[in-house]
Amino acid sequence: MDEKRVKCGAGSEDRMDSPAVNKLSGEKEPVLKIEHMSISFTQYDRGMRQVSLPVIRDLDVEVHAGEMVAVVGSSGSGKSLLAHGVMGVLPYNAAMDGRITYCGEELTRERIEKLRGREIVLVPQSIAFLNPLMKIGPQICKGDKRASAREKLRSIFKRYELDERVGNLYPFELSGGMNRRVLISTALMEEPKLVIADEPTPGLDLAVAKRAMAHFRELADMGAGVLVITHDLELALEVADRIAVFYAGATVEEAPVQDFQDEDSLRHPYTKALWRAMPQHGFHYIEGAQPYVKDLPAGCSFAPRCPQCGPECAREIAYRAVRGGKVRCVRGK
Amino acid sequence: MKLEVKDMSYRYTAKGRQILKNFNLAVDSSERVGLTAPSGYGKTTLCQLLSGYLKPDQGQVLLDGQPLSSYQGYCPVQMVWQHPEFAVNPRLPMREVIHEGDEIEEWVIQGLGIEPDWLRRFPTELSGGELQRFSLARALGKRTRFLIADEISTMLDLITQSQIWHFLLEEVEKRQIGLIAVSHNPELIDRVCTRKIDLRLQGEEK
Repeated sequence: MDEKRVKCGAGSEDRMDSPAVNKLSGEKEPVLKIEHMSISFTQYDRGMRQVSLPVIRDLDVEVHAGEMVAVVGSSGSGKSLLAHGVMGVLPYNAAMDGRITYCGEELTRERIEKLRGREIVLVPQSIAFLNPLMKIGPQICKGDKRASAREKLRSIFKRYELDERVGNLYPFELSGGMNRRVLISTALMEEPKLVIADEPTPGLDLAVAKRAMAHFRELADMGAGVLVITHDLELALEVADRIAVFYAGATVEEAPVQDFQDEDSLRHPYTKALWRAMPQHGFHYIEGAQPYVKDLPAGCSFAPRCPQCGPECAREIAYRAVRGGKVRCVRGK
Repeated sequence: MKLEVKDMSYRYTAKGRQILKNFNLAVDSSERVGLTAPSGYGKTTLCQLLSGYLKPDQGQVLLDGQPLSSYQGYCPVQMVWQHPEFAVNPRLPMREVIHEGDEIEEWVIQGLGIEPDWLRRFPTELSGGELQRFSLARALGKRTRFLIADEISTMLDLITQSQIWHFLLEEVEKRQIGLIAVSHNPELIDRVCTRKIDLRLQGEEK
């Protein structure tokens, strides 16, 4: 029940409205704005022949201050690359294109190298990202031994109900749930303006997963922009303000979370199919699978599975604004 | 057929926590039973005991009145694990993973949506959802009578989850395979199971 309270707590009203207000007045820039992001990999095919795999083709997403946005896509769709792309930690054989703006200014290579770990933080997917040979305290403080850092560490421990002794332990001495809180703590040492969480809840049971999500919700309520990348739509619906749905390398819909209460208020047929596939909404499924990046159809990538597909779907589909959300479908209304 | 657990107790080490105590369960092959409990109540341990990966300290697992350990060769109770990436041999191409099963029929492979192209690849080249389809296919061999599904769909997106469960339900119905499913998602359990058991109530069925 705690999770709900966090979400509906003080300030939630104006938070819900603020993005729209921002757009109208144009005063406040989004913290993070990604436009037409594409990421491709070069791979060796046979012998010396190289092929380029476009894993992300067209990704658009915006995160405002105090807002929590979830990017939801199926596993293996390459959505983790989004986080790595923003942080500038893509592998050497990846190429990124598109435009990333942070607080109104373009996020260049030099800029992200200065900002990451301070204003922009990544909470990685796995607790395996903690250094196993370093005690928790120094790990969260990143080697800062000043009294102010120690003071801050104490307040963070208190906030996440971690015992102060934890600071003197190694990661292997903690349980999975505690390590996960430690991972989130590493993000809090500085005052981040943008937090990117990559699949923060794999294999956690429902109660624990909800609590982990609630921690990110708190970060948003404190004023940071939070981008959560997950495959778990049901969980995302509990805590996020907006949902961006990712399919076959592109965002197909962006919708306020309230629109997920009813199938008719959703815009894209894939999102509607996701909605109907929830066990409590009929557990229906559609045939086929997400196309592999090598053989994507021209035009709409969902067309082969779409019940309303027509000849106009074979063209390039624009990502357009519809009813306070966005949709990449010619029929979305 | 009937899978029975009689008075089973289990702990991992001699002084360790008593995970199961005098646990009883009987599942018919026409049934689909859902197991629920929070983390740490021994759901996975119970699955391993049921499928013969662990031996109970006390009590027995009986299949049609015979102890499970007396079945030679292929075990008729097959378990599918939560993390498929740890359940397939990383050095075998996926085609061989299928061959580890008991003469897997072509329709199972197709029904689970396994693409012919995936068969040539190695486990590290596939996503968790793709690997899980292989683990399921491998467990649905000809002599399988009971399927133990331990959180098999947490890594899947909603549509794939629904797709795979629909296939599984049809398959177990057709072949009269009993199903025991573990999941954290109460709505999912309500959908797929005919009966629910909460491990917190330690064996006393609701």
